[in-house]
Amino acid sequence: MAFAGRRDAPEAPDFGILKRLARDQLIYLLEQLPGKKDLFIEADLMSPLDRIANVSILKQHEVDKLYKVESRPAPSSSDQFCFLVRPRIRTMRYIADIVNADKMSGRSRKYKIIFSPQKFYACEMVLEEEGVFGDVTCDEWSFYLLPLDEDIISMELPEFFRDYFLEGDHRWINSIARALQLLNSLYGPFGKVYGIGRCAKMSYELWRDLEEESEGDSQGRKPEIGNIFLMDRDTDYVTALCSQVVYEGLVDDTFRIKCGSVDFGPDVTSSDKSIKVLLNAQDKVFSQIRNEHFSSVFGFLSQKSRNLQAQYDRRRGMDIKQMKNFVSQELKGLKQEHRLLSLHIGACESIMKKKTKQDFQEMIKAEHSLLEGFDIRESTSFIEEHIDRQVSPTESLRLMCLLSLTENGLVPKDYRSLKTQYLQSYGPEHLLTFHNLKRMGLLTEQSAGETLTAVESKVSKLVTDRAAGKITDAFNSLARKSNFRAISKKLGLIPRVDGEYDLKMPRDMAYVFSGAYVPLSCKIIEQVLERRGWLGLEEVVRLLNGNEFSVSDSAVEDNPAWESQRVVLAVFLGGCTFSEMAALRFLGRERGCKFIFLTTAITNSARMMEATIEAKA
Amino acid sequence: MSRARGDEEEYWHSSKFRAFTFDDEDDELSQLKESKRAVNSLRDIVDDDDDDLERVSWSGEPVGRRNKLPSFQSLSDALSDTGVKNYAPELRRPKAEYKDYSSDWSPKDTVRRMQRGKICSLERFRSLQDKLVLLDEAVAGHDGNVITAVLIFLKRTLRREILFRELEVRQVALCHLIHFLKETGEQKLLLDLLRFLDRTEEVALSQYREHLNIQDVEKRREFLKGCIGLPFSAEDTSHIQDHYTLLERQIIIEANDRHLESAGQSEIFRKYPRKASILNMPLVTTLFYSCFYHYTEAEGTFSSPTNLKKTFKIPDKQYVLTALAARAKLRAWDDVDALFTTKNWLGYTKKKAPIGFHRVVEILQRNNAPVQVLQEYVRLVEDVETRLNLATKYKCHDVVIETYRDLKDRIQLTAYKCKVERGSADEEKINSILNNMVRNACFFFQRLSSEMAVD
Repeated sequence: MAFAGRRDAPEAPDFGILKRLARDQLIYLLEQLPGKKDLFIEADLMSPLDRIANVSILKQHEVDKLYKVESRPAPSSSDQFCFLVRPRIRTMRYIADIVNADKMSGRSRKYKIIFSPQKFYACEMVLEEEGVFGDVTCDEWSFYLLPLDEDIISMELPEFFRDYFLEGDHRWINSIARALQLLNSLYGPFGKVYGIGRCAKMSYELWRDLEEESEGDSQGRKPEIGNIFLMDRDTDYVTALCSQVVYEGLVDDTFRIKCGSVDFGPDVTSSDKSIKVLLNAQDKVFSQIRNEHFSSVFGFLSQKSRNLQAQYDRRRGMDIKQMKNFVSQELKGLKQEHRLLSLHIGACESIMKKKTKQDFQEMIKAEHSLLEGFDIRESTSFIEEHIDRQVSPTESLRLMCLLSLTENGLVPKDYRSLKTQYLQSYGPEHLLTFHNLKRMGLLTEQSAGETLTAVESKVSKLVTDRAAGKITDAFNSLARKSNFRAISKKLGLIPRVDGEYDLKMPRDMAYVFSGAYVPLSCKIIEQVLERRGWLGLEEVVRLLNGNEFSVSDSAVEDNPAWESQRVVLAVFLGGCTFSEMAALRFLGRERGCKFIFLTTAITNSARMMEATIEAKA
Repeated sequence: MSRARGDEEEYWHSSKFRAFTFDDEDDELSQLKESKRAVNSLRDIVDDDDDDLERVSWSGEPVGRRNKLPSFQSLSDALSDTGVKNYAPELRRPKAEYKDYSSDWSPKDTVRRMQRGKICSLERFRSLQDKLVLLDEAVAGHDGNVITAVLIFLKRTLRREILFRELEVRQVALCHLIHFLKETGEQKLLLDLLRFLDRTEEVALSQYREHLNIQDVEKRREFLKGCIGLPFSAEDTSHIQDHYTLLERQIIIEANDRHLESAGQSEIFRKYPRKASILNMPLVTTLFYSCFYHYTEAEGTFSSPTNLKKTFKIPDKQYVLTALAARAKLRAWDDVDALFTTKNWLGYTKKKAPIGFHRVVEILQRNNAPVQVLQEYVRLVEDVETRLNLATKYKCHDVVIETYRDLKDRIQLTAYKCKVERGSADEEKINSILNNMVRNACFFFQRLSSEMAVD
């Protein structure tokens, strides 16, 4: 990791291959069921599928009709059904119902289930129990990695977050390990591996295990990515729960970016229809504002509009030949730019309108107070009022979690009172949500946590004793303390600023939160890369509850001249926010290195909170 | 199903996709159900032959230089440690191989094979010790899918008390079983497990959770009644009790109001037909509803706001916010006024609110309150800056003018003149204040000079 000196960051490797591989494999799988067939697609696989194949490709491979996997099976006359699904129990039952209904009515068809990214034994068990095992054939579409942008790869597994951090289920670790294996084989060998978190460690070990037995000979190959950093989302919940104020983050918080594209509604397009817009580096306007603090975006857009106007105006006074040139060469580009500009200006307006309505300013102020740890009383009553006014349930939940994480739990009196008011405002069934949040350590009561930790440490010495084992187990389910304040102090996450923080000329990663806070996740990555390990960070690691690792593959040639030494794959297990990406992109520009993001899914505070809410089965 | 198999064979014989088969023994391959292994790892087409990548296409023809061994041949390399030659027989004749293959594998190897998606029979793990070693290996292997697979096997082959007992000291495996039972909906077994573990609170929560799946309100109410006795914490017990009481009330209110509405005799329901039923709504929404439709009712009725406030011990703050929103929506400004008016013992009235008056203003403004109403509350905002901001924003000229007067801010006041209408009472007021200020200043100046003269 060459952090010294300012150099231009290397280019990101070409991830187009990943799309081609996924597409080709899907086609191969479809061809395994030759002839016309109807394809049933799981709702949340549609957008990812959209990004790598289109309907005409499916049609070319004899897909006749397309259906969404949903509760009501469509009547179809096709002789062959193909199901493209996530490995889920309820989807298995849905399929089994279709097959059994056909059997009852004496209809014979061929059925094929394609699991993405992998099959689970539990799914097969359900098929067996439902009496359809053997009637259906199963396949796997190893579609682990979807490149969303030139530096973002998503596994599109939002359920990882709940499955792992709430339920403690390790079912996706294999998928993660295989994703790493694939990336390592295409863009590695990764010479340096860093990580923190239990899941990061397990994923790393399973991946190593897979590598060992494959005789894949990567020696002597020149890598494109030299470093990899794995991080569990629970290392830093705080950052993910903050309101986002860089443009891309705000767009995500306001409109929800789905699989790299966003639906801009009539309020943005100022017409009566919605427009689906792909947001990535290809969008010349977006790529220039995505990482900017929202306050600088307006100025940029208006400057851009003026330039555009000037370019249009040049056509006055042109002769015919020049005009012809202009129309054939420039006009299209200008028109395209004009379209993009008006979309993003519309989006800004809409964001402004929504945010002023929600007293965004006040909320940001409260958030900053929480991060810095002053005026806690005031922030608590702000949250209380937020709840009482029945403003969005996820927002209220998010603020409570922020309060809890930054304060190492709520004072019991506040916890009870806020919880009661929350249940009264948003519904008593949220009792279940509070239980979930407690288990994850996102929203806890202060005193309980403290006494338990003391007892726990004593008890843990007695684990061999069965009775004691029982008690420890009970404690284990209680998530760890966040220690945010102490970590923040150690790592200097709250910048001491004299005067105004110039958001147009950011001096550190704190700009992504208006200069008030350096995202913890990114700071850890910065520190570890700088030190080429965890040395000197012992206290921080202890406060983060350990599970850190740092491994150099001695077999991999370590050539400092290689650009790959300055390319870092940052892996976020449990989701990465656009603010974190913006912060690390900034760091990359400062230090002359390139960050590639691999995440189980793009996340933000609303998605995280929604994942903890209990819904009907 | 023999027909289907026939079809399948026919396909393999007639298939134009011969390019994808593993070698010349197509027919045997046709019996392969588990083609997924072949495509399991994409890595090796690349590893094998980096340069060839661009030319790999699965969409029809064999491409690249490996004409005899099309691209898929290489895929199988990845799947076994030994390469195609040794691996192929197993692919072709799974059944024959299955007879003896499982008996030799150690628990560790079994887990490893399962991690790679290969079918493994677990039947030979019959002694408790073997089963537990297998489970521990699965946990050590980190693959949750395999852990669950082993648990499914253990669940089938062990008496539950024994399984529970062993899981008690195996936290990770326990989580997997609990999640599995939740997903498959084996509620009874789940509750037994939680009871065995003495996780009484989870038992209660897990049972309570079932109410989400009960659609019928009467049944739901009955079910919630049963939940009250569950072993919740004291705090949660009162929440559950409230949940039950709330639904009970909602059922009564709903029945009454539906009747009122359809009879068409109540003015409020005629003027503002209900958009949705109040059933299963949160308490605050119910309170809003009651402040909207039943504001003046005596405390004795279930639908009256005061009754709700008392029954559920709704804090003043929450009550006032909700009542304010409801009455403002109806533009019942007198009710709004009454909500904040208190009398002291001398009979003077005073405006008081458990929430900041800036909040009151915001809610009124959102409901398009007229300036006369609005400014009364803007005036009460304590913080001068906020007051000025709100007053300017909502054009409460009186308040702005008075505030500047109190601040003795001539400059701002003069500047504000352009914001009010020419020749209006507001302008007059500003002028007179400004004149007064000048007079006062003169007076002050004179006094100062005379005092200085004395000195």
